[in-house]
Amino acid sequence: MTETTVDFPRNFQKALGDGQLRRNLRAAMDTLGLRRRTLFSDPEAFEQLRARGDAIRRRALSKLPELLERLERKCTENGIRVHWAETPAEANQICLDIIRRHDATRVIKGKSMVSEEMHLNHFLEERGIEALETDLGEYIIQLDHETPSHIIVPAIHKNRDQIARLFHEKIPNTPYTEVVEELNAIARKVLREKFFAGEVGVSGVNFAVAETGTLCLVENEGNGRMCTTAPPVHIAVMGLEKVVERLEDVPPLLRLLTGSATGQLITTYFNMITSPRKPDEKDGPREVHLVLLDNGRTKIWADPELRQTLKCIRCGTCLNHCPVYTRLGGHAYGYVYPGPIGSILTPQMEGLESAGTMATASTFCGACEEVCPVKIPITDILRRLRVESYNKADTPNAVKGHGYKVNAAESLTWKGWALSNATPWVNALNAKLLGLLGPQLPKLPGPDIVKKWTQSRALPPFAAKSLHALVKEKGIADE
Amino acid sequence: MPTRPEKAYYFGTCLIDLCYPQAGMAGIELLRREGIQVIYPRQQSCCGQPAYNSGFPEEARKVARQQLKAFPMDYPIIIPSGSCGGMLKHHYPKLFADQPEAAEAQRFAGRVFELTEFLVKVLNVRFEDRGQPIKVTWHSSCSALREMRVIEHSKSLLRQLQNVELIELQRERECCGFGGSFSVKQADLSSAMVADKVADIEQTGASLLLSGDCGCLMNIGGALKHRNSPIPAKHVAEFLLERTQ
Repeated sequence: MTETTVDFPRNFQKALGDGQLRRNLRAAMDTLGLRRRTLFSDPEAFEQLRARGDAIRRRALSKLPELLERLERKCTENGIRVHWAETPAEANQICLDIIRRHDATRVIKGKSMVSEEMHLNHFLEERGIEALETDLGEYIIQLDHETPSHIIVPAIHKNRDQIARLFHEKIPNTPYTEVVEELNAIARKVLREKFFAGEVGVSGVNFAVAETGTLCLVENEGNGRMCTTAPPVHIAVMGLEKVVERLEDVPPLLRLLTGSATGQLITTYFNMITSPRKPDEKDGPREVHLVLLDNGRTKIWADPELRQTLKCIRCGTCLNHCPVYTRLGGHAYGYVYPGPIGSILTPQMEGLESAGTMATASTFCGACEEVCPVKIPITDILRRLRVESYNKADTPNAVKGHGYKVNAAESLTWKGWALSNATPWVNALNAKLLGLLGPQLPKLPGPDIVKKWTQSRALPPFAAKSLHALVKEKGIADE
Repeated sequence: MPTRPEKAYYFGTCLIDLCYPQAGMAGIELLRREGIQVIYPRQQSCCGQPAYNSGFPEEARKVARQQLKAFPMDYPIIIPSGSCGGMLKHHYPKLFADQPEAAEAQRFAGRVFELTEFLVKVLNVRFEDRGQPIKVTWHSSCSALREMRVIEHSKSLLRQLQNVELIELQRERECCGFGGSFSVKQADLSSAMVADKVADIEQTGASLLLSGDCGCLMNIGGALKHRNSPIPAKHVAEFLLERTQ
């Protein structure tokens, strides 16, 4: 990974100070949320559907090794070449080798978060290979040398005016226009030429069906179909958790994915790729490769609680409903996967030391879990990551970087807190002291937390008489 | 649903104990008025959520054990908070899952009621409004909304009051940004969230903010006060008692 250390406090402050960003995000998230609610308007039906989605993903994960083997076997039978990569570096090298074998220098890409995990574009560009994003949102941010700020709508942080200026400045001979149809036409014209010239197409995979060796690709723009059919070589990159057992598992997941992501009943395009071009066929790539990336997933899979992270179908609806994401956008998180799913996935992949802060950027409001189409217990996993952050014990399933936060002051504070709350007379004394000294707290030396609290709020109104004292006065029974 | 019990335990919560005892007393009065004999075990303290959510489960368990001990009889346990209620009802079984107290924690969880839930579902209370006309708005705490799922009960009680006009927030389902230690560990984010909540409250034109959770009230009420807003923040139990006395 190219990221080294992410300065979360600075990123957060910068994002929170960017009024334009917050307005753009708020408007976009409201629209996506509304569309989702409109599609899943019957809560009971939604609960039934997501129970199926959850069950399908659980079943797939419960036999993951077996399903991956079956997928490899079926794909190979169908003529798709399967490659295994433990790290992003290995996956990049596999892609590079394929591209070089064909003496290709022009790669066209459909949207893929796994390729973002690999930083594939950057890797290829450093080796003289053009990797052009053909999804409109991805194309926009690539023009501006940015990374996706959302896993489904990568340019969501930009509004129309910003895109209009970008096209005018970055695409030669492009007159300024804010008309959406005209902007679309400009991108279409550029991309159309690139599709014809592309020598290798790279795509992601939404679901891979073990039973049939089928790679499913969900998209709205047709660029995914172009990338996977126009060039003579197609490379699909996929996180190894994306496998499902049977073909019949796909429709409920597809409905959940499109409904949760964009509120669509179905996307404009749904591609099912089961083989390269056959001898009697007139189109399609001559070679299809599937690169299966681990990148920490096997370790996540080993722990029954953390494994649930891998149920994710990358719909992004947890981002759309997250009050933290809505105020920060994706870039502030500093890693490929932002928002609630990013906050549970990234610390497990990258280690708590570098990404553990993400697990603290949540109020546990549960808005993400309420909408998650596969019922990932996001808050429980966030809580687990907080526990791991203070846990030095080297258990087999401990998260990378565990115990990084251990410090004497905090441990002592919580020990004192526990002692007080488990010892009634100490607790009563504390209540009395706080009642007396509470208003003086900001004047006392030390606790930074008082300053942080009062930066936007009045002090808590510590009462002269606690409830314990009041009930005693009023003669409420103690039994 | 259990039938109307003779006796009920009251879990006051640590925040109410320290900062909002009058809200706690109001809840007790609402129950006593319905003929419930309220028992307030003096050995009670905090539900343990602060440590539980901050990465200190051992310390949370130590405090939680104290509560298991303090509420030994089979009476319902009534809590004027969705957040602490959620901890007792939904998280104690997880916290003690692999502990000797696992079964005890399960039984304990099964006895937990949020106050307005108990007033509506078990006591089926009927209120007569004795107050002047007033416009109020309502903040749903995330735990009352998504864990305890009691918001409709809370609001149904407000709707019984004929002189009270309830004006709902535009973003009622959005978190106020409290989140316990989040409010100080991510102070900037928390401040941004509560600022939006305050703006939403102000646009309603209501003269009072109500909620069933004192964590949110401390956060939002503190933010309202910080910007010298004339809108006070009050626990729903206190309001219900005032209006019906």
